[in-house]
Amino acid sequence: MAAHQSYEDQKKLVFYGLKLLGIITIVEVVFALFAKGHIVPSITFGKDGGFGQALYMLAMIGASLYKAYFIVFFFMHMSHEVRGLVFSVLLPLLLLVWAIIAFFQEGGRWGAAREQIRQKNQEVVQPAPSAKPTGYWLNGTMKG
Amino acid sequence: MAETSVSHAHETHEHGTDGNLWDGGKEPMKASYGKLMMWYFLVSDAFTFAGFLIAYGAIRFSMPTWPEPDFVFASFPFVKAHWPLVFVTFMTFVLIFSSVTMVRAVQEGHRENKRGVVFWMFLTILGGATFLGSQAYEWTILIKYENVSVNRNPFGRYIADGVMVDESGKEIMVNGAPVNVKKDESYLLHGHEHDGNVALEKKYVRYTSGAYAGQTHQVEEGPKAFGALFFFITGFHGFHVFSGVAFLTIIMINAMSGLYAARKNGYEMVEKIGLYWHFVDLVWVFVFLVFYLL
Repeated sequence: MAAHQSYEDQKKLVFYGLKLLGIITIVEVVFALFAKGHIVPSITFGKDGGFGQALYMLAMIGASLYKAYFIVFFFMHMSHEVRGLVFSVLLPLLLLVWAIIAFFQEGGRWGAAREQIRQKNQEVVQPAPSAKPTGYWLNGTMKG
Repeated sequence: MAETSVSHAHETHEHGTDGNLWDGGKEPMKASYGKLMMWYFLVSDAFTFAGFLIAYGAIRFSMPTWPEPDFVFASFPFVKAHWPLVFVTFMTFVLIFSSVTMVRAVQEGHRENKRGVVFWMFLTILGGATFLGSQAYEWTILIKYENVSVNRNPFGRYIADGVMVDESGKEIMVNGAPVNVKKDESYLLHGHEHDGNVALEKKYVRYTSGAYAGQTHQVEEGPKAFGALFFFITGFHGFHVFSGVAFLTIIMINAMSGLYAARKNGYEMVEKIGLYWHFVDLVWVFVFLVFYLL
C-alpha cells in the first residue's frame, strides 16, 4: 500500500513536514506576541477589538487551517485515498461552517440580551404623577 | 511461531475482486474495513471537538471581556519571569515531533521492518507521555497557584479606565501616586488560604470612563465559563492523548511479539493507530489556535 513514492522520497516528506509545521508554529507564536505588544510595547493591533484584531485572527486561522490540511493530506495520506473516501470524510465537515456562523451569531445575541437586562435593572422607575384613575371601571376594563 | 499462522488476513484481501460489489470481499473505497471505520470515527470525533470549540467561541462572544491568553498562560518550569505562550509552544512541538515519529513508524511498517516500527513507535509514546506531563504541569499552576477551577476564574480584564481605591473609596497611593488601570488591562486576583478554603483578594476600582464612570466597584472575577471550558476541552484532548498512548503501547508490544509481521499486511494496525494519533495532533492545532493564539 501507498507505494506511490520511493522510501527515500517518503522520508524526505517527513522531514519536510517537520520543518513546515515547526516553522509555521514559530511564526504564529512570534506574530501573536508581536501583535499583542510583547515585542514592541506600542504595537497592540492584535487586541484592539477592531479591524486590526480581525485581521490578526484571520491570519492565525488561515495558518492553522494550512497546518490541518498538511497533516490530513500528507501525514494521514489522504492524498493517496480514492476520491469517494476523501469526499465522504471532508464534505460532512462543511456543516461546521453553518455551525460557526449560527452559534457565533447566537453568542453575540446572548451578550446583547445580558447587557439589555443590566441596563433595565439600572433604570429608576418614576411613580406616575397621578395614581388616581380618572375614568370609571366596568367589567374589569377602564372606560373614558 | 510467526511462520505457523501465515497470511490468513492476506488471502481475504485478494479474492472476490469480480462479481457483485455486494457479494463482499471487495473493499469499497480501496481501504480496509478497519481503516475506513477509523476515518469515520475521526469524522465523528472532529464534530465533538468542533462542538466544544464553537461553544467556547459562542460564550466568548457573549461576554464583554475575556481573559487574555498571553497573560494567563505565561508560566514556565523553573522560571520566575513572565514567558507568555512559551511553554505551550514547547508542548505543540512535542506533539509535532511525536506525529513525525509516528509517520516514520507507519513507513517502516509498509517495509515490514519490525525493528523500525518498534523504535519509532517507542519515540512516539515518549512524545505522548511528555505532552501529558507538560499538561499536568500547566494544570497544576492554574489550579494550585492561580486558583482557577471549573467555577472560579480569577483572571479578568478591566471594563473601563479607572483608579484603584480602598473599601471606603479613598484612592490608594503607591509612592505618592494613584494607581491607574486601563480598559482591557488584565488582572489576576490572588487567593489567600483561610481554614482550608481559598478566598480571592478584594480590590476596588473607581471607573473614570464607560457606563460605570464615577462609580466604585469591587474588581470581580473574570467570566466564570473560562475555567470550565479550558479544563473540559484541554482535558478531553488530554484524555485522547492518554488513550492514544495506551493503544500505542499495546500495539508496540504486539508488533514486538511478531503478531503483525505474521499478518503480512504491511502493519496495518500501526497505520490505523497512526491515523488516530495524527488526528490528536490535528485537534491540538485548533485547541492551540482557539485557546492560546486568538
